[in-house]
Amino acid sequence: MDQLLNDFSPGLFFMQVIILIVLLVLLGKFAWKPILKSLDEREEGIQSALDQAEAAKKEMQNLQADNDRLLKEARAERDAMMKEAREIKDKIIADAKDEAKEEASKMIENAKATIKQEQQAAIAELKKKVADLSIGIAETVVKKELASQDEQLKLVEGMLEDVTLN
Amino acid sequence: MIAKKSIKCLAILAIVFSSLNVFAGGGGNSEKGGQINTPEDIKGYIKHHLADSHDFSLYSYTNEAGERKHVGFPLPVIVWTSKGLKTFMSSKFHHNDDGHVVVDAGDVKLAKIHSKIYELNEGVEHVAFDDHHHATNAHKVLDFSITKSVFGMLVAGLLMFLGFGSLAKGYKKGAIPTGVGRVLEPLVLYVRDEIARPNIGEKKYKRFMPYLLTVFFFIWILNLLGLTPIGFNVTGQIAVTICLALFTAVIYLTSGSKDFWAHTLWMPGVPVVLRPILAVIELVGFVLIKPFSLLVRLFANITAGHFVVMSLIALMIVLKKDFGPVASTGMSFVLATFIMVIEVLVAFLQAFIFTMLSALFIGMAVEEHEHDHAH
Repeated sequence: MDQLLNDFSPGLFFMQVIILIVLLVLLGKFAWKPILKSLDEREEGIQSALDQAEAAKKEMQNLQADNDRLLKEARAERDAMMKEAREIKDKIIADAKDEAKEEASKMIENAKATIKQEQQAAIAELKKKVADLSIGIAETVVKKELASQDEQLKLVEGMLEDVTLN
Repeated sequence: MIAKKSIKCLAILAIVFSSLNVFAGGGGNSEKGGQINTPEDIKGYIKHHLADSHDFSLYSYTNEAGERKHVGFPLPVIVWTSKGLKTFMSSKFHHNDDGHVVVDAGDVKLAKIHSKIYELNEGVEHVAFDDHHHATNAHKVLDFSITKSVFGMLVAGLLMFLGFGSLAKGYKKGAIPTGVGRVLEPLVLYVRDEIARPNIGEKKYKRFMPYLLTVFFFIWILNLLGLTPIGFNVTGQIAVTICLALFTAVIYLTSGSKDFWAHTLWMPGVPVVLRPILAVIELVGFVLIKPFSLLVRLFANITAGHFVVMSLIALMIVLKKDFGPVASTGMSFVLATFIMVIEVLVAFLQAFIFTMLSALFIGMAVEEHEHDHAH
């Protein structure tokens, strides 16, 4: 301890105090302050850049999600439209078929009616012709009967041969 | 650019060191031709090295004519005597360190004994010694000389100023430092993130950063300079470590928060009878014990390191008789190298511990308890 006290030099202590204060002031002003400030600024810069990157990533994800949603919606809409179109098409075809069927049946009916009418007309005419013919035959027969019986028969036979039922 | 500048600085330093003047002197060892052969000589030599010195000597030798030559340069002596301030170069003492050379500085006579400057009493021509080699007719003077230690501190300060100045300037050009700054920046970050932030706290560490950085690099550079053959022993000077510890103490005592003083002087939560006793213990702890532990740890570690390295180098001389020159040299070389490597680590470690403990004490002083009522 005695040795230590003897070694202690007040002058050196004083010089050290001065040097340390000068160093603190000078380094503080010209080195530490700008260095620490730059370091802080740089770290803040890095932090904000990271934050920005994170935000951009989130934004991208949002956009991607939006895109996906839009795409899905568009796809659904397209599907709906196609379905609708198909339905319309089917309906049109079905309608057309029905109409055609109706038309056809109507035409057939008409035709049938016409045929029936014609048939009846034909039958009527036939009947009339048969009646006329019968009357004619009867007339002739009646006339020939007046001459001879044989003649009458020949006549009838001959006339019947001429007559062809048309 | 910065690299070029630092090369210039190194060149200037090299020129300074190479232009060392050789100045002769009749030193205390002149009767043996300056040779150191006995354990007593070695002890004296180590003691001499550990002490501060008034000139910067690198080595000395004896020439053919038997004259002792010292290589180095003198440093200015600035003393406050009873007749006022006296300044002269230390070469006037001719490397004498036992008071035999008396320098006449105008109206006072000065002598140097064991690296201390004594003023001779009025009318005395020579220093007289008692049995314990204490001067009886002279007294110490206030010595503000640029001693080897002060010179070392100036060198360290200059290095710091150049290095960190260039780092600070480098940031003006871009966020990433170049040159020396690339090495220094991680160290600054280390002090900030490993020492200041965890010990002082995120909110208040900024105010103390300049002090912690300055002290850390100051001690580290001086410790490392002490390991070079130039042979500074600045951080092994008790005055230097006392000054550093005192700065830390003043800083944490002046920046103590209300909570800190409340807890130190009137500890809540303990019986009132015990509070004054605790206050005394706490006060002694903060005012005396903590700074004392700081100053002694640094001083003792560095002094012990220098002592051990020099002792191991001295093995070469001590063991020469028993083992022969080759074996003793080899042994001392291996051991000294080993210890030197450890000393490099210690140089950093002591700077780190001093800064760390300073930060810790500051942290204790500025801490604010958010859970006051719990105590």
